[in-house]
Amino acid sequence: MSSRFQHHGHVVRVAVLFAAGFLTFLVARAWLIPADFGVYGFYRAGALDAVRAQPIKYAGQTPCLDCHAEVDELRQTERHRNVSCEACHGPSAAHVEDFSIAPATLDPRALCLRCHTALAGKPDFMPQIVPADHFEDAACTECHAPHAPKQ
Amino acid sequence: MDQHRRDFLSQAGQFIVLTGAASLAWDAVLAGAPQEAPNYVTTDHWWGMIIDIEKCIGCGNCVRACKAENDVPTDEPGCYRTWVERYQVRPDDPDHPIVDSPDGAYDGFPAIDQPGDGLKVFFVPKLCNHCAHSPCVQVCPVGATFESPDGVVLVDKDRCLGCRYCVQACPYGCRFIDPRTHTADKCTLCYHRITKGLTTACCEACPTGARQLADLKNPDDPVHEFLRTHKVHVLKPELATGAKAYYNGLDGSVR
Repeated sequence: MSSRFQHHGHVVRVAVLFAAGFLTFLVARAWLIPADFGVYGFYRAGALDAVRAQPIKYAGQTPCLDCHAEVDELRQTERHRNVSCEACHGPSAAHVEDFSIAPATLDPRALCLRCHTALAGKPDFMPQIVPADHFEDAACTECHAPHAPKQ
Repeated sequence: MDQHRRDFLSQAGQFIVLTGAASLAWDAVLAGAPQEAPNYVTTDHWWGMIIDIEKCIGCGNCVRACKAENDVPTDEPGCYRTWVERYQVRPDDPDHPIVDSPDGAYDGFPAIDQPGDGLKVFFVPKLCNHCAHSPCVQVCPVGATFESPDGVVLVDKDRCLGCRYCVQACPYGCRFIDPRTHTADKCTLCYHRITKGLTTACCEACPTGARQLADLKNPDDPVHEFLRTHKVHVLKPELATGAKAYYNGLDGSVR
C-alpha cells in the first residue's frame, strides 16, 4: 500500500509551487489594486471625492447678493436681471472668502462688446452694435449703466 | 516518508477550503469601506445639461469660465473641456456646413467676411455629453474613467495611464490629454460644484441662459418642463451612447 505513494514528494512540490504562485498573486493584487476599487463599479470609489476636492472659483450669485442687494434691486426691471454677476465680473470666490481681495477690474468697452458686437448668427433678441460705428473711442459706461442698461 | 491516502486527501481538502476562505476574506479586506460624502447622496441625482442653441450668442463666456474654474491650460492647443462651434450652412449644400471654432471660441468669433445670401449661421456649444453608456468608459483598460452613480463621466487622474484610448473612443471629441500630467482630461460637469449645490461654471457665466444644468432625477427641476415643451435632440443618437446633453433647436447639419 505504502509503495503506491512513495513518490508523493512530486505532488507536494507542485502544491508548494502553486501555493507560492497564488500568494504572489494575492500580494501583487493587494499592492496594485487600491483598497476602494470596485465599491461602486470598475473604478476607485475615492476618485469621486478626489474630483469633488477641487477648489471653487465661481462663487455663484447668492453670496454676491448677500452684500450687494442694491444692485439686484436696480436690475430687477432691466434686461440684465438674469445675467449672473460673475458672467461679467469674473470668478469671485476669492473675494467672497476675503473681502480685501478685490474682484477683477473690468474694461468698460471690451467687456460689453464680447456680447454686444454685431455678428451673423446671433439671435434677434440680442441688442447688437457695430463697434466702429458706435462711439468708437468711448467707454460704454459713459452713456449706459451696466446694471440697468436702459437708464 | 510515509503518508496515507486518507491523510493526503484530508490535507489537500483543508488546503483548498482554507485558501478559498482566505481569498474571500481577503476580497472583503481589499474592498474597504465606501467613502461616504456628507449631505450629498449620489443615487439621488442624475445629471445632464440642456443647451438652447437659439439662445447662444457665441460670446465664449462659457469657455473662459470653464478654463478659469478648472485650471484648463490656455496656452496649449486643443485643451478644451467646453468649446463653441460656429456653423455656416449654405442653402444649396446643407450637408456640408462650414464649421469654425477659433481657439474654442475663447475670444469669441470674428465677423464672417462675406456672409452672402441665405447663409444660415448659428453657434453650438459643445461639452462632454455625460453618456449613460459611454464609449470612453468602455475602452479604459485600468478603470481610470467611469460613470459615477449620479451620471457624470469622470477621470481618476491618479489611475490614468495616458494611453489615449478614451480620446479616440469619444465620438464627440470631448477628451484631450492634459499636457502637464499626461493624463486624460475632460469636462467633469463641475462635479466639485454641483455636488455642493452650485451650478456649473459655464452655466453660471452664460449671460443668456443658453446652458442649464439639469438634474433629471429631481422632480422639481425645470428640465422636465423644458423637455416636455421643447423639441430637443442629442448629438449622434444613432450611436446609442445615452447622451445627456439635450440640445434645443439642433440643426440637422450639426455633427
